[in-house]
Amino acid sequence: MGLDFTVIPKHIDIILLGCLWTIAITAAAALLSFFGGIFFAVIALYAPAVIRLPFRLFEWVFMGTPLLLQLFLIYFGLVQIGVDLPAFVAGVIGLGLHFAVYNSELIQTAILSVDKGQMEAARTVGLSRGQALRKVVVPQAVRAVIPPIGNNMIALLKDSALVSVIGVSELTLSAQRAIGATYRPFEFYILAAAFYYAINLGMEWVQRKIERRIALSR
Amino acid sequence: MTDHKEFVQIRHAQKSFGALEVLKDISLTVERGQIVAIIGPSGSGKSTLLRAINDLDPLTGGEVWLDGVQVNRSLPFRQYEKHINQMRQDIGMVFQHFNLFPHMTARENVTMAPKMLKGLSKDEADALAREQLDKVGMLERIDYYPSQLSGGQKQRVAIARALAMKPKLMLFDEATSALDPELVDEVNQVMKKLAEEHMTMIIVTHEMDFAASVCDRVLFMDQGVVVEEGPPEVVFKSPEKERTRAFLRKHLEGAR
Amino acid sequence: MDFDLIVRVYPFFIDAAGVTILLSALTALLGLACGALGAAARLSRFALARFVGATYVSVFRGTPALIQLFILYFGGPQIGIELDAFEAGVIGLGINAGAYMTETIRGAIISIDKGQKEAARTLGLSRWQAMYKIILPQAARLMVRPLGVNLNMLIKATALVAAISVVELTYTAQRYIGSTYKPFEMFLLAGILYMIIIYATGRAVAWLDRRVQIT
Repeated sequence: MGLDFTVIPKHIDIILLGCLWTIAITAAAALLSFFGGIFFAVIALYAPAVIRLPFRLFEWVFMGTPLLLQLFLIYFGLVQIGVDLPAFVAGVIGLGLHFAVYNSELIQTAILSVDKGQMEAARTVGLSRGQALRKVVVPQAVRAVIPPIGNNMIALLKDSALVSVIGVSELTLSAQRAIGATYRPFEFYILAAAFYYAINLGMEWVQRKIERRIALSR
Repeated sequence: MTDHKEFVQIRHAQKSFGALEVLKDISLTVERGQIVAIIGPSGSGKSTLLRAINDLDPLTGGEVWLDGVQVNRSLPFRQYEKHINQMRQDIGMVFQHFNLFPHMTARENVTMAPKMLKGLSKDEADALAREQLDKVGMLERIDYYPSQLSGGQKQRVAIARALAMKPKLMLFDEATSALDPELVDEVNQVMKKLAEEHMTMIIVTHEMDFAASVCDRVLFMDQGVVVEEGPPEVVFKSPEKERTRAFLRKHLEGAR
Repeated sequence: MDFDLIVRVYPFFIDAAGVTILLSALTALLGLACGALGAAARLSRFALARFVGATYVSVFRGTPALIQLFILYFGGPQIGIELDAFEAGVIGLGINAGAYMTETIRGAIISIDKGQKEAARTLGLSRWQAMYKIILPQAARLMVRPLGVNLNMLIKATALVAAISVVELTYTAQRYIGSTYKPFEMFLLAGILYMIIIYATGRAVAWLDRRVQIT
């Protein structure tokens, strides 16, 4: 069949639109996973046992099963219990929760490694436990794990391709649409890969910038 | 090889890292059986000079000869590799941080290279390990791993490892600097024993007393040049140069 | 929770788990081979080999595994590569995993103290002799745990081949969700099997890690 990259320009607009959706879903899921990760970490460490233990089980299940399977569960599961969410929202929730669990692992370790004296010092000036966590311990822990969380965000970008299977019109599904019209899978998947790679390089660049900023602020 | 009086010869050794010149035209001759100590402040280039002798840190200019063969010949990559591996079998080296192989017992550390490079059988290698470890007083620890040994014991095993290749020349790169003070002597004793057997040695050291007691000759280096050299009694007791005097004053004060 | 349904369909899931295990094992082997080659390239004395190695790692880690799989499976025939879905899955995921393993293996090798190589070279060992006799045995011990993490990720990544219709666990779950409208039950079945596989490999890695440590 051979290769023919001249078919690309005619369909470039759908691909570019797909790119925008990929960036949007990555950004939304990244935000959810960041704050979700902090929230989960605090629950996993400090919530009463009745909440903590089931929550640990949930974390364990999410870390032990594939994202694709989780996406199927969330998308079809929500439909089954009568919540009919747009695919985009289901995708953000699925990706966001999945990576929130991974971020939570990082943040938990970091919270535990923040000096015990910090908590004590905060308590001696009259802060409650919750206030001390919120104002002193958690901010320090989060700053310490920004670089590895950055790695998770870059992994999230690549895993965002999976939401194509539940029908989110992001880059991968857009490529599939173009292929449906042209029967040129090689050309359009390579093109999609190139766009992912470019976004990936951009994220790595931002990550390096942020890491340098953090290194300076220490 | 016949008896070259100039057993080790360094001719116009020069080494720079970019604009920084760490060795500036150093020449040095060591006769067979001689023991030479190199002293000097840190950063003087003494370790670099020592590591140039077996081409671990290649010179940027000058030549190193051992027993009539040039060590740092410029050859095509493969030929050079073959040549230098052959040369290094004749040049034992002992490091400040021992660099024992942690995944091997004392015995295996000693026998690995002779078995691999000289084709010794298991029995021959075993006899060799016993002989060399006995010499450094480590025979009873022959099956210990490095992590089970003290610093002084590790260094003695490292010396046995180097001796097992039957080197013509031994290089010591601050062999006792990383040791707790009470462990220094056991290593010094081993080196003294080698001196009595007329092993040719070049020793980079901070220990003036030891250098004075075993060496035939002392080199004082500073900022990439040999400032002063001569018999230890002269260099230590009545140095000619002010830089040597200043260094010794500071160092001997520091030691006491 | 529809337990009758679970009892009825679980044999299919067991079969599918077998496919997932086989896929994981083959992918891991290919990944290790690619990782070893990649690390050798990245540590080569030839600039070209280093460049090829670095590009391999950057491109395969920098793009989605799913896209790589699609390029191989759907795009392959255009450039004369005809593979069935299972083969494409093993090769695509194996090369992808190899990029991650390259960094793991390289990281372990370069973390070995420089003095080890110097001591070996000083005794007269060649570069290669020093590598396989001194550096690699020590690096191998450091690799076990991080390669275990790679393996864990790889097992979960095998789910991607559901998208090219390999009948493994996720595909089976997806199909039964579609036909029974019971997503929770199907997730439970597939999820438990995944967790058993991952838990068992995790234990095996931990055991191996203990075995190889220096006393």
